[in-house]
Amino acid sequence: MKLTVWTYEGPPHVGAMRVATGMEGLHFVLHAPQGDTYADLLFTMIERRDRRPPVTYTTFQARDLGGDTANLFRTACREAWERFRPEALIVGASCTAELIQDDPGGLAESMGLPVPVVALELPSYQRKENFGTDETFLRLVRALARPAARTPQVTANLIGPTALGFRHRDDVAEVTRLLAEMGIAVNVVAPLGARPCDIARLGAAHLNVLMYPEHGEAAARWMERELGQPYTKTVPIGVGATRAFLAEVSQLTGLPVRADTSRLRLPWWSRSVDSTYLTGKRVFVFGDGTHAMAAARVARDEIGFEVVGLGCYNREMARPVRALAKEFGLEALITDDYLEVEAAIERLAPELVLGTQMERHTAKRLGIPCAVISAPVHVQDFPARYAPQMGWEGANVLFDTFVHPLVMGLEEHLLHMFREDFEFHDAAGPSHHGARAPRSAAVGGPPPDAGASADAPRNPPAGRDAGAGVVWLPAAETELRKVPFFVRGKARRNTEAYAAERGIAEIGVETLYEAKAHYAR
Amino acid sequence: MTEGRPLPASRGCRDAPVLKERGQREVFCGLTGIVWLHRKMPDAFFLVVGSRTCAHLLQAAAGVMIFAEPRFGTAILEEKDLAGMADAHEELDREVARLLSRRPDIRRLFLVGSCPSEVIRLDLARAAERLSRRHAPHVAVVNFSGSGIETTFTEGEDACLAAMVPGLPPAEGRELLLVGALPDVVEDQALRLLSGLGIGPVRVLPARRADGAPGVGPQTVYALTQPFLGATAAALDRRGARRIAAPFPFGEEGTTLWLRAIAAEFGVSDETFARVTDAPRARARKAVAAAAATLRGRSVFFLPDSQLEIPLARFLVRECGMEAVEVGSPYIHADLAGPDLDLLPAGPVISEGQDVDRQLDRVRAARPDLTVCGLGLANPLEAEGLTTKWAIELVFTPIHLYDQAGDLAQLFARPLRRRNLLRLEAAE
Ligand code: SF4
Ligand code: SF4
Repeated sequence: MKLTVWTYEGPPHVGAMRVATGMEGLHFVLHAPQGDTYADLLFTMIERRDRRPPVTYTTFQARDLGGDTANLFRTACREAWERFRPEALIVGASCTAELIQDDPGGLAESMGLPVPVVALELPSYQRKENFGTDETFLRLVRALARPAARTPQVTANLIGPTALGFRHRDDVAEVTRLLAEMGIAVNVVAPLGARPCDIARLGAAHLNVLMYPEHGEAAARWMERELGQPYTKTVPIGVGATRAFLAEVSQLTGLPVRADTSRLRLPWWSRSVDSTYLTGKRVFVFGDGTHAMAAARVARDEIGFEVVGLGCYNREMARPVRALAKEFGLEALITDDYLEVEAAIERLAPELVLGTQMERHTAKRLGIPCAVISAPVHVQDFPARYAPQMGWEGANVLFDTFVHPLVMGLEEHLLHMFREDFEFHDAAGPSHHGARAPRSAAVGGPPPDAGASADAPRNPPAGRDAGAGVVWLPAAETELRKVPFFVRGKARRNTEAYAAERGIAEIGVETLYEAKAHYAR
Repeated sequence: MTEGRPLPASRGCRDAPVLKERGQREVFCGLTGIVWLHRKMPDAFFLVVGSRTCAHLLQAAAGVMIFAEPRFGTAILEEKDLAGMADAHEELDREVARLLSRRPDIRRLFLVGSCPSEVIRLDLARAAERLSRRHAPHVAVVNFSGSGIETTFTEGEDACLAAMVPGLPPAEGRELLLVGALPDVVEDQALRLLSGLGIGPVRVLPARRADGAPGVGPQTVYALTQPFLGATAAALDRRGARRIAAPFPFGEEGTTLWLRAIAAEFGVSDETFARVTDAPRARARKAVAAAAATLRGRSVFFLPDSQLEIPLARFLVRECGMEAVEVGSPYIHADLAGPDLDLLPAGPVISEGQDVDRQLDRVRAARPDLTVCGLGLANPLEAEGLTTKWAIELVFTPIHLYDQAGDLAQLFARPLRRRNLLRLEAAE
């Protein structure tokens, strides 16, 4: 038993729903109580889908339990078939139905429906949503895909995009374009947009592009083994990864790399002088394994940030994330407990957080700028505009995404020059962000003019006690307020840590500058 | 002053045949009530004993607006808990001890049953007794079920309040008890109105704080503020309390009839009643009239959601001039809904339970001007060209009493106004 407040992933049947909802002509009969129908709103509200997920829930009640829940399931199955006429059915149990052991797979198969019925095993008490997507897609592929003659032209399947995926819609478009530039057509995209009959012809492609290992790796491995199709291991998020991806595709197909980088802007945006201020900004990265690793590489190699923390919530990706963290000189944080992530962010005090919607809230509370780079995401992370993560346009989007929460370079410079002017008072925040929570709580201290009487003795809350009995002398406190607000929190923490390490009980102006010199990079 | 609108010539909808459906339901389970209950009781923690699905439901229903340190959580059952029962109780004790030591501000702990805990017959009532003994007197532990196999959406609040009733202290004197978790701002308005009428003492269930728990006894009379509190009413009746029957306090008319029933019970004079209510009644009428201009003559279809459907349909038909096509409710407490059904003019189909695909067929056939439905259905129906109102807003937003009557009407008018405002098609 483990107490959980917020979860990064839903139960495995939600993963199965993501596959079913992404596809066409497929219907999912889920043995589940009525409350589990909440999952529909993830798709209709958060992703703004204009159709109900193709899911029939049996919605059994307590009064049915003594009686015949199995029959209820059969009825639901038959009615779903009659009403929706799908090309194939998937059937499964949610956590509650798993306990009553009706065996939906066996029941559905014995009904003699005229379409393929694929039974899912979704162990709700052991696994989670990403397992559900991966497993459901594997079962579908195993049941429906057949060996087939390769297409005359070189083609690829795009494997892994689902409903409710973070930017999947746009990534598909971007990768399709990358491949087209190399003369490779797309055979099937699946699960997103595929019909069961499309799954049947997956085997005609020359290779599989595994876009999201979280959702398609098991199926990609199976197709490699059973259909003889190689699959790509590089996920093309970021400039370097996109180049590596194209090289991998070239190697798998024998076609030369051809890339139209005329629309790629990240490299110049990153080299241009306004970006100088990005140098060495400390970022904390957390998300699903694929997106976290990609974001960390882009942050370090393509924007010039310093990655101070890296982790993922899906244990399935623990190994590669640990390896990459090691390469960065870090220890990976592998946890699905958002409180542990919050504690790590608090301890590391980064200047930017790249995370999921959970980290956005944590960062907001801590007063740290944040950008969302991975599922789970909320409604505003399904933008109306084209905003892929993959390929050249994806790289452009990443640059904007990472930099947008920060104060612009020129602005940082101006703030420094005019910090005593009222327009630049501490609570103003970056000028391109409208309404914003006052930051003073997070970075400490009243607005500048309040500290005018520099040497007057201070009452305790001002001469604050920094944990290990370190006290700020009024003059140092005043000096600290001259530091621009967006680095003041860090200056305070650094100085306190510096003082604590050296057993300095009172922080004076000297201590502040000694600490500054000590931490200078 | 008259009550304004005459009763329908017939007995309204009280005797109308009810279409009973027993198919697929598209509704939340009772756990959802935790989202508003925990805000009503700031010294309470709601610990669901359930699965990852339950945790995910709460997260989806609550959105992430209340992200910081919420006072609810899910003890997620794992494989090893399912294997042996003794184990699960020990694990629960450990989690509760850890929680209470971290949160000394917690005075009430609700152990909330879920489908999984009920299917494996984890005896949470026994656990609550044991934990109550262990953590007394600082923390009282109460158990109720919010499971989807036992409760539908607002029935979670009903189960919670009903579970609190046996633990209420006995009361001797004649007291009025208001029952139902209203937003504080609305509750305060109710208390002001009642005190203006000279009625007192007035107590509230649930109390905001553990030490404010109301007493109950044979002299207690109580008024429900929500139509879904059937089990709570039965529990209060067992303690000897007596219910004041009335329509529910939505809109100017509903609020007036609700207050008048209470006033009659306490022998309040007509002059006093008029003195206290005339001004807010006039305000409410005016506010409703503004929105009613948009709503008049339009048709409305309620899908079952919160059991608020019948009183709200009564409000929309009688005060806003709408025409009800179907009024679906997950469950109808005949007694509690009776006064509102009396007022609702015959005509609409009254349905109970759900078979969602068939019901949607009826929606498509009727093409109502406004469909009140859950979040899972709203966008798909909008995409079919229908205008919808999300039902969940009706339980999260203050809508009771005079000073919210205008807001309530606006909730329904806004989607229609919006539809008229947008110009998204090419000019012809
Ligand atoms: S319906 Fe049951 S299993 Fe589903 S969320 Fe509600 S209590 Fe949990
Ligand atoms: S504030 Fe943002 S993240 Fe939080 S619930 Fe609203 S939209 Fe979602």
